[in-house]
Amino acid sequence: MRTRRSPWLGLHSLLMIIFIYVPILFIILFSFNDSRLSAEWRGFTLDWYVSLFDNDHVMDALENSLIVAVISTLAATLLGTLAAIAVRKVTRRLKLSMNGLMYLPIVIPDIIMGLSLLVLFRLLGVETGKTTIIIAHITFSMSYVYVVVSSRLAGMGKQLEEAAQDLGASPWQTFRHVTLPQITPGIISGALIAFTMSLDDFMVSFFVSGPSSTTLPIYIYGQVKRGISPEINALCTILILVSVTLIFLAQYMLNRGKGQKKQKMLPF
Amino acid sequence: MKKSGFALIPVMLWLSLFLVVPMLIVVGISFMQRDTDGNLIYTFSLDAYKIFFDSLYLGIYWDTIVLSVATTVICLLLSYPLAYYIARSGPRRQTWGLALITIPFWINFLIRTYAWVLLLRTQGVVNSLFMNLGWISEPMQMLYTKGAVLLGMVYTFIPFMVLPIYVAIEQMDRRLLEAASDLGASPWRSFWHITLPQTKSGITTGAVLVYVSTTGMFVVTDILGGAKSSMISNIIQTQFLGARNWPFGAALSVIFVITSFILIALFNKAMTSRYETVKEGRV
Repeated sequence: MRTRRSPWLGLHSLLMIIFIYVPILFIILFSFNDSRLSAEWRGFTLDWYVSLFDNDHVMDALENSLIVAVISTLAATLLGTLAAIAVRKVTRRLKLSMNGLMYLPIVIPDIIMGLSLLVLFRLLGVETGKTTIIIAHITFSMSYVYVVVSSRLAGMGKQLEEAAQDLGASPWQTFRHVTLPQITPGIISGALIAFTMSLDDFMVSFFVSGPSSTTLPIYIYGQVKRGISPEINALCTILILVSVTLIFLAQYMLNRGKGQKKQKMLPF
Repeated sequence: MKKSGFALIPVMLWLSLFLVVPMLIVVGISFMQRDTDGNLIYTFSLDAYKIFFDSLYLGIYWDTIVLSVATTVICLLLSYPLAYYIARSGPRRQTWGLALITIPFWINFLIRTYAWVLLLRTQGVVNSLFMNLGWISEPMQMLYTKGAVLLGMVYTFIPFMVLPIYVAIEQMDRRLLEAASDLGASPWRSFWHITLPQTKSGITTGAVLVYVSTTGMFVVTDILGGAKSSMISNIIQTQFLGARNWPFGAALSVIFVITSFILIALFNKAMTSRYETVKEGRV
């Protein structure tokens, strides 16, 4: 049903979209601006992108970010998927407490998660660095994988699995040939989200990083506190592009496959 | 897979060790003291909480609550009409609208905050534009003000408000609206008595997300507010990464989480009681 809408509602929405996007567009625009500091357009250049690749700090941060993102994504995808599959077969009570536990990292403020992990690592005498960042990222990422894979499992129903078992398939065969192929797009989608979250995370990483484990967001934070620079505009533009592409890919994967209920990619 | 319950063990262990236990330790530390080197003294003490009742910190916390509430209210007022518009559009426009408001959610908030530095600084976009237009002759000081912090917070957390409200409006029972309009209710009346109460869950989720996130966000104050405008999250962060007064930082964290819970409960109650009275005198 389409209800009559006041034109003001449309105008307000348009202004809101402009409000949301204009600041971001200025970063992208200035990353191509041939002037270090000016707020005016002085011509197109790719210099800032080139100097980004010559900057050792940026390249180190990129390397750290990728190492952390790849390892934490693999671990979080494995753990989150395992939990999402296993939780279907347990008692209702255990399932509820499991859901509660899994939603914790999503609802707890990042700052609290970061500082409590810092305290844990310090008390255990663990030096903060890439390993501690990886542990922290696995902790919040697996919740997102769990949520996405669970929704995929819920969307597929149990009929096919039951049919396979009625036809004499072993639990492992059922899993390998029926369940897994159906949830694979969900797993990939969850992994892409985990990767994006890891690549983008600042708050938690900030607490558990060491001097030699600066990730891209931590590097950006340090630079931004000093003021603006065109290289940062370029770096931000690349990160925006990467995040948005990954998320569209995740959305696409989630809706792939026949008979799946269309799912909207909402972060909770 | 009868024994699949065992597959839950690694995940449960992981989350206990790296999430639940650390938070319990933080609660424990808030009741301890520290020596002059910043080391913990493992005896029970309420000293950390006593520091909080110093007028300086009470004032900062009050400012933080005001900022967070203001951010939440502004986000709600700006987001509801937007979410409403998108949820009531045709399928094509709905898909586009949803994509447009979801994308910023996945763009790093650090980057989105930094965008405002480009716009608001003295030689920034806004000042240059206004001076070229001849509206002002001197650049305005916009960065490092409370207004900039509020703007940055609203900007950062708007997607947190739009998305849950959108979901609530999309899922509500439209037949009620048809019934109301058949019975002669004005659009405004059906909105007030049907749409708003039915989308209460979305408003609550959005408000909680925005409020808690604003209180915990030290980056926006850091970047747009400068050194002067500290919020409680800046103080917490300094206690753990700079000043090394863990008990005080831990106590502030506990206070932060508890006051958030209280405010959320009050908000929930206010929403419920308002709609209970509405229900009695329904249309």
